[in-house]
Amino acid sequence: MSVRALPVGDAALLVEVSSGEEAQALHAELLRRRAEGSLSVREIVPAARTVLLDGLTDPARLAAELTAADVPPAPPRARAVVELPVRYDGPDLADVAAHWGVAPHEVARIHAATEFSVAFCGFAPGFGYLTGLPERYDVPRRATPRTAVPAGAVALAGPYTGVYPRSSPGGWQLIGTTEAVLWDHARVPAALLSPGTRVKFVPTEVVA
Amino acid sequence: MTDRALSVVRAGALTTVQDLGRPGHAHLGVPRAGALDGPAAALVNRLVGNPPEAAVLETTLNGCSLRPRSAVTVAVGGAPCPVRVDGRPVAWGGPVRVPAGALLNVGTARHGVRSYVGVSGGIAVEPVLGSRSTDLLSGLGPAPLTDGAVLPLGSPTHLHARVDVAPQPAPPTELVLRVMLGPRDDWFTPEAVRAFTSRTYRVSLASNRIGLRTEGPALDRARRGELPSEGMVLGAVQVPPDGRPVVFLADHPTTGGYPVIAVVRTEDLSAAAQAVPGTPVRFLGVRRH
Repeated sequence: MSVRALPVGDAALLVEVSSGEEAQALHAELLRRRAEGSLSVREIVPAARTVLLDGLTDPARLAAELTAADVPPAPPRARAVVELPVRYDGPDLADVAAHWGVAPHEVARIHAATEFSVAFCGFAPGFGYLTGLPERYDVPRRATPRTAVPAGAVALAGPYTGVYPRSSPGGWQLIGTTEAVLWDHARVPAALLSPGTRVKFVPTEVVA
Repeated sequence: MTDRALSVVRAGALTTVQDLGRPGHAHLGVPRAGALDGPAAALVNRLVGNPPEAAVLETTLNGCSLRPRSAVTVAVGGAPCPVRVDGRPVAWGGPVRVPAGALLNVGTARHGVRSYVGVSGGIAVEPVLGSRSTDLLSGLGPAPLTDGAVLPLGSPTHLHARVDVAPQPAPPTELVLRVMLGPRDDWFTPEAVRAFTSRTYRVSLASNRIGLRTEGPALDRARRGELPSEGMVLGAVQVPPDGRPVVFLADHPTTGGYPVIAVVRTEDLSAAAQAVPGTPVRFLGVRRH
């Protein structure tokens, strides 16, 4: 794995790798080091091709160490699968089916047969960027974003699936709806999905 | 409701509850939030005998008016402004006793943007993920103050302040922000990087708790295409497609897809919080030590 560590200010490092899988492996390794006490850091923020480490006392030393070290592949995931009940009833289901070149009910079948994992979070508390679909199912964002996407909307953009934790503007293609509560700050943990969580969508109904 | 509470008589343009924020949750998409002018918030807490983590009020430009239900000690700092109790002028930047039922008026800032109101016992709204801060990006924490709202107060800790009045930096007439280039300065042309650290920008009216927006020379990119989303730090200078730098403040998004040309030193962000629209801004390149 080729690792590039870019300094960010004087207390952070942006560690860049060449794929989403490598970013997930690097993230798992950094969490392991923090858990065993060999890495002291305030924030570990995985993203598409990078992991940001913020709140470091000696970023230059860690940069040298990370670029010299071998990052092992992500360990087998021991965490349980979170199942999200979903109705494949989104207004963009037909558009997504057209992009994929399949019938609308096939979108639901393919999506529900996929095991996803949360690559990273962002956009809103509890919003996960889920990967797992093969590249041929990438879809563009909508040309015109919606001013209000309802909470629980299951949506696609680029290589990602996401679930809107609450109503907000959004440009992703809506394929379904879940009743699952993605974010509840009174719950422990507040976020149902966090980086590394495995996710399956379980269809309750197909409207097509 | 106990009598340890404050009634909000006039909420002002934007008054929020702020403390040290909620760092440590960026990987869940949770911004850190917290007082934009941290030193000013820490000082008003010290002046009223609160611990540093007590929640204070952060006003925007035109202050607020409050009526405590029991006698409290308050201190107003940050942006200098007139402070009155039942119409009588009292100290700015020092502890002031406000009797039960009296009206505390925090006036319009004479300079700067954000005044801080520390109250003995601290604002005791329910914490969310360990913090009482209002986060305007994601809506966590208490809503901004509204007229007629009632804020619970904590019990004073009797950590009596050792100072009567304390010097505070004047709000900037010119904002000089020390920056370290990167991580994505290579996405810009060498001319753009030079312009960024040598030309003068101005604080834009569109600035808020999420970011200090600027107006000035647009920075041209050397690379086209999209940057995959990556983690963002406090003080990151992100350059959106219009080419005008935005300095990320406390309520900034935790990930973003526009390149970060440089990062402002954390110590300089409190001055950024007090720079009114139109203030000249210079980004001064400094080396990493």
